[in-house]
Amino acid sequence: MSIQRSRGIPGLGVSVLASALLMGAAGYAALYVAPTERSMGDIQRIFYFHMPSGIIAFIAFTITFVANILYLVNRAPKSDWLGVSSAEVGVAFTTVMLVTGPIWGKPVWGVWWVWDARLTTTFILWVLYICYLLLRGLLDDPERKATVSAVFGVFAFLDVPLVYMANRWFRTQHPAPVLLGGQNSGLAPEMKWVLLFCFIALTGLMLILLRVRYQLEALRYEVSEMKVIADSGSRASN
Amino acid sequence: MKNMGSIMAAYIATWAIFFVYYFTVASRVSRLRDDVERLKQTLGTQLRR
Repeated sequence: MSIQRSRGIPGLGVSVLASALLMGAAGYAALYVAPTERSMGDIQRIFYFHMPSGIIAFIAFTITFVANILYLVNRAPKSDWLGVSSAEVGVAFTTVMLVTGPIWGKPVWGVWWVWDARLTTTFILWVLYICYLLLRGLLDDPERKATVSAVFGVFAFLDVPLVYMANRWFRTQHPAPVLLGGQNSGLAPEMKWVLLFCFIALTGLMLILLRVRYQLEALRYEVSEMKVIADSGSRASN
Repeated sequence: MKNMGSIMAAYIATWAIFFVYYFTVASRVSRLRDDVERLKQTLGTQLRR
């Protein structure tokens, strides 16, 4: 049985530092470069991290969906590693969305939360992927864990388009989309540039988190393989 | 800047969530690397026998 030798991630330290600097610059741009929104005022600046976090969560869950399908087709452990890694990163970004949203909403709406279509489907999305991660913790056999969670992950992804379309299909307390939202939607050019910069910063962070989390799964696999060899070796010597 | 407290709370929460998540994953990776080294030594000992 061959063992995949683990290596450190090349350039991780530099990437983490670059990401931290980029996130700092994005925060500065959102606070001081972006113009003040006319109706909501300065509180709208939370948008520059809230919205990209949502989009990146969708991207992460899409990666999980594709990885889950690949696993069900080819049963390759690496597909499972990618699926769970991206799901966990997606949960982190969804958590940011669910925390920053109410902080923004309270001064604007007067309440922390409403059970409208957008917020409710987003909360369900978060719960679904928490369940995906918990489900894996309940199963010991690696192949069964990967198969069951892949099937669950395929169905959990069905909520992603529901979240995206919720404030297009229904009247919601959550604002209507500002990008690709139709005739009356849109952002001022300066806002678009800051939004793009924040999106790039958060995407860089997402890639780093995904890479490190994937490394964790690879190491788990290596440890389990080595334990099997060590156990069979000690049984042979006894 | 109006609502500065809420803006700062949102930004600090964003940083904190990512910071905590990254460091929990990194510490798990570090523990697993220690396990790998320990198992390499165990396997090395078994081979020498």
